[in-house]
Amino acid sequence: MVKKLVKGNVALCEGAIAAGLDAYFGYPITPQNEVPAYMSRRMVELKKVFIQAESELAAANMVLGACASGKRAMTSSSSPGISLKQEAISYMAGMEIPGVIVNVQRGGPGLGNIAGSQADYFQAVKGGGHGDYHLIVYAPANAQEMYEIAYNAFDVAQKYRNPVMLLCDGIVGQMMEPVDFNKEPKTKFEDRDWILDGCKGREPRSLKSLLMQDGVLEQHNLDLQKKYKTIEENEVKAELYQVEDAEVIIVAFGISSRISKNAIKQARAKGIKAGLIRPITLWPFPSKIIESYAKPGVKFFSVEFSLGQMVEDVKLAVNGKCPVDFLGRAGGGIVSDKQVLDKIEELAKK
Amino acid sequence: MKIYEEIISAGFGGQGVLLAGTLLAQSALEQDLKTTWFPSYGAEMRGGTANSTVIISDEEIGSPVAFAPTALIALNKPSLDKFLPRMKEDAVVIANSSLINEADYNDKRITFIPITEIADKQVGNIKTANMVAVGALVKRIQAPSLDHVKKALETAFAAKPKVIPLNIKAVDAGYNWTK
Repeated sequence: MVKKLVKGNVALCEGAIAAGLDAYFGYPITPQNEVPAYMSRRMVELKKVFIQAESELAAANMVLGACASGKRAMTSSSSPGISLKQEAISYMAGMEIPGVIVNVQRGGPGLGNIAGSQADYFQAVKGGGHGDYHLIVYAPANAQEMYEIAYNAFDVAQKYRNPVMLLCDGIVGQMMEPVDFNKEPKTKFEDRDWILDGCKGREPRSLKSLLMQDGVLEQHNLDLQKKYKTIEENEVKAELYQVEDAEVIIVAFGISSRISKNAIKQARAKGIKAGLIRPITLWPFPSKIIESYAKPGVKFFSVEFSLGQMVEDVKLAVNGKCPVDFLGRAGGGIVSDKQVLDKIEELAKK
Repeated sequence: MKIYEEIISAGFGGQGVLLAGTLLAQSALEQDLKTTWFPSYGAEMRGGTANSTVIISDEEIGSPVAFAPTALIALNKPSLDKFLPRMKEDAVVIANSSLINEADYNDKRITFIPITEIADKQVGNIKTANMVAVGALVKRIQAPSLDHVKKALETAFAAKPKVIPLNIKAVDAGYNWTK
């Protein structure tokens, strides 16, 4: 198969389409505009549903509705738009609806700017909406992964009846890379006994998040927690790079992991043993993997396009066994490989 | 030999600098190298500069953002002024002397070429200035090769094969002008 040069945003569209996407609902915002633009053509060609909704809120609720009826549906936006979708996301978590939400992050808070950012980490993994819930959150770092993660996201969402988020950033979304579109289109899906597809000949069903009877909501929450535990046991994904003998370990995801790899190569050339743990799932977080490398003499730091969010989870995973430092920039500032290398050298000397 | 190029292609919006960048990335792909292309997007003003960054390597590419660019195509003066200070010491800089006054600069890295004039007079289409610049650049850098640029043109314009010969002519014109 010949590789094609495409933007990360386009790669993710093709991944979703190959996964059997029935409906895309979107609203324009930079730097994710290629997604609705591309879908507006491709979904129509494929005789699937494309709707430019009247707002981000509407688009997210359309995903909720489409998935409730058993369809595969997705919405995408960038940071301010994702804030608007939080109500529907919390409802999907409560109703156990497997919607897929894409956030191609830009600088915040507020309307911020259009540069790439990773400052929505807390919002994505700690529950951007209300209630005790988790999204399954993936952090693609290149265009091939945008394609592959989007391709798998729908199956994972279905398997656990849980919304899935792709937490991307403006750089990975906007950049072009060669992509091998190597996945078979999915056409056959399991029967599901919860979807609302017309009750002729069967008992009526309902999907709701309002559970007012005594004790029912608490039990529902306990059931959700049980599900989250299963997800934590089965779905953690991380890439390990030169980490076996590393004395300085960087934890970084998405765009910052790529810049960190550059710096690690430079550090290794200078004889400094540096390595990288790259979470591919941000929730469930690869805490156990990080913990397994928290040995005496090792120093950790996280590199983020934010002023320090994931570093908190790294600290929880390391649990005081090693020092954990941080390097980051905010508001569209790009951490350079030189800055990462300086930090590696500083920690290696300590 | 280790191949590593960080190329910035910059000019006025409309001069085709994004396309020049994608062509370089496509050429690298045809040559079986690793590549990334990253555009300036969104907040550029009309009359200001647009640019794209292409990285080409024989190894996995980390950052798609250039921190120490090895090559620059500057089709106008604002682009040259913006990027020249960021270029590596031994960088290859191709500057469009049709629109930039050579006498304003004293920098040995810069090769001045009348890119717009070559496109207009020699190739016969002013819109091919970006392709003339690509031809000039590839003569001076590690990769991609001229042959792979031509292959990439065939891939990039597969839907409009009529324009391929003109673009190949433009790439050749830039390549042959450059020493």
